[in-house]
Amino acid sequence: MNKFEPKIIGFLCNWCSYEGADTCGRSRKEYPSNIRVVRVMCSGRVDPQFVLEAFHKGADGVLILGCHPGDCHYKEGNINAMKRFALMKNMLRQFGIEDERVRLEWVSASEGERFAQIVSEMVEKVRILGPIPGKIRNDN
Amino acid sequence: MTTKPKIALYWCSGCGGCEESVIDMAEDILKIADAADIVFWPVALDFKYEDVEKMADGEIAATLINGAIRLDNQEHEAKLLRRKSRFIIAHGSCAHLGGVVGLANFSAKKEIFKRVYREVPSVLNTQGILPESLTLESGKEMELPAFHDTVKALNQVIEVDYYIPGCPPVPDQIRDAVLAVVKGDPPPDGHVFADTKALCNTCSRNASKPDKLQIKEFRRLYDSEWDPEKCFLPQGIICLGLATRGGCGERCIKANMPCRGCFGPPGNVVDQGAKFLSAIASLMEPYESSEIERLAASIPDPAGLFYRHSLASSIMRGRISE
Repeated sequence: MNKFEPKIIGFLCNWCSYEGADTCGRSRKEYPSNIRVVRVMCSGRVDPQFVLEAFHKGADGVLILGCHPGDCHYKEGNINAMKRFALMKNMLRQFGIEDERVRLEWVSASEGERFAQIVSEMVEKVRILGPIPGKIRNDN
Repeated sequence: MTTKPKIALYWCSGCGGCEESVIDMAEDILKIADAADIVFWPVALDFKYEDVEKMADGEIAATLINGAIRLDNQEHEAKLLRRKSRFIIAHGSCAHLGGVVGLANFSAKKEIFKRVYREVPSVLNTQGILPESLTLESGKEMELPAFHDTVKALNQVIEVDYYIPGCPPVPDQIRDAVLAVVKGDPPPDGHVFADTKALCNTCSRNASKPDKLQIKEFRRLYDSEWDPEKCFLPQGIICLGLATRGGCGERCIKANMPCRGCFGPPGNVVDQGAKFLSAIASLMEPYESSEIERLAASIPDPAGLFYRHSLASSIMRGRISE
């Protein structure tokens, strides 16, 4: 039997979290290769359409990382992300997508260790959940 | 004698309101009758499916199909009419986007049958019989159209040329669409007979919207009263005009009811529900995460509210199925 390897799509903000991931790499810390990173200018730029599209195209989990509250390059983009995320989580539950498959966290440019830890946790949680139960309805 | 172009109308999974909207054209229907012959319209005229089958391919100038596709006979008729028609016009929200009937995609076929034929209090079905597409009764075979797993918008089954949005559609737009198409002046492919921008752009209450719109509490329609002159959103009433195509003539707003999105997404939006979610969430006032979560949780059915008319044509198309 093939071991299930979750596919996690990560949306990382350009100013803090993407730098945080770089810090993680530069300091030779290890994190699972299950995450596919998409760099966005701000966590507030993550349109709920991106998240739905990720699940529709076969992601098992979606991780959104932004600057800590108060540190946003655009002042309150991350607060907007937090508002959307709260409502989106409730909505995704109605689509049959469990809470553990979506996560919003704050990672600063210096928090390489924290980045590795969040990614590892997320991958392990989704690994336990397994693939999305059933299939997303498609055109046919 | 010159022959007039032919048009047809067909009804799939819908409530019949779209058929009503044709009747609501009132005397304008005479303008349609002057410009075209109606050759097939099951709800009003006695033509048979065989009559359509006998027509040459492309013989009908335009066919208006209302309702979503749920049963296999609907898919069959839609494909037949596609062959026989030069233009197919999706008529109303259900054909355009899946409509309210598309909300059934939150449930599996199995659950729907169990609920409708066994559990509904007004149903007495002691043997627990469920509809089958083929039944044997006294040695005779009886057929019912098969029930698909998923509700589909018309363009998920056949190619659609134009769309008349709305639940129900606006009679003037039906008239203009039919006349434009049969008089040899068809718009570009995929045209939606309404505005391109969101309803808020033309809303009569737009002027009363504050510069910075912030919502402290969401209020429900059944336990609230609101100012009939002012924008709904600062009053805590969720109005979905901000990501809904305009052109409806503000029928709901003028009746002091908030928009529920029946005209579908504006021109540049793929997933209307996701855009509603995005817009409404960012109007929430709190900054603190527990307050944000409390306010978000006060919307009891976000998926049903945001995808009321567009679930079947959204990115997810419905709840993930087994």
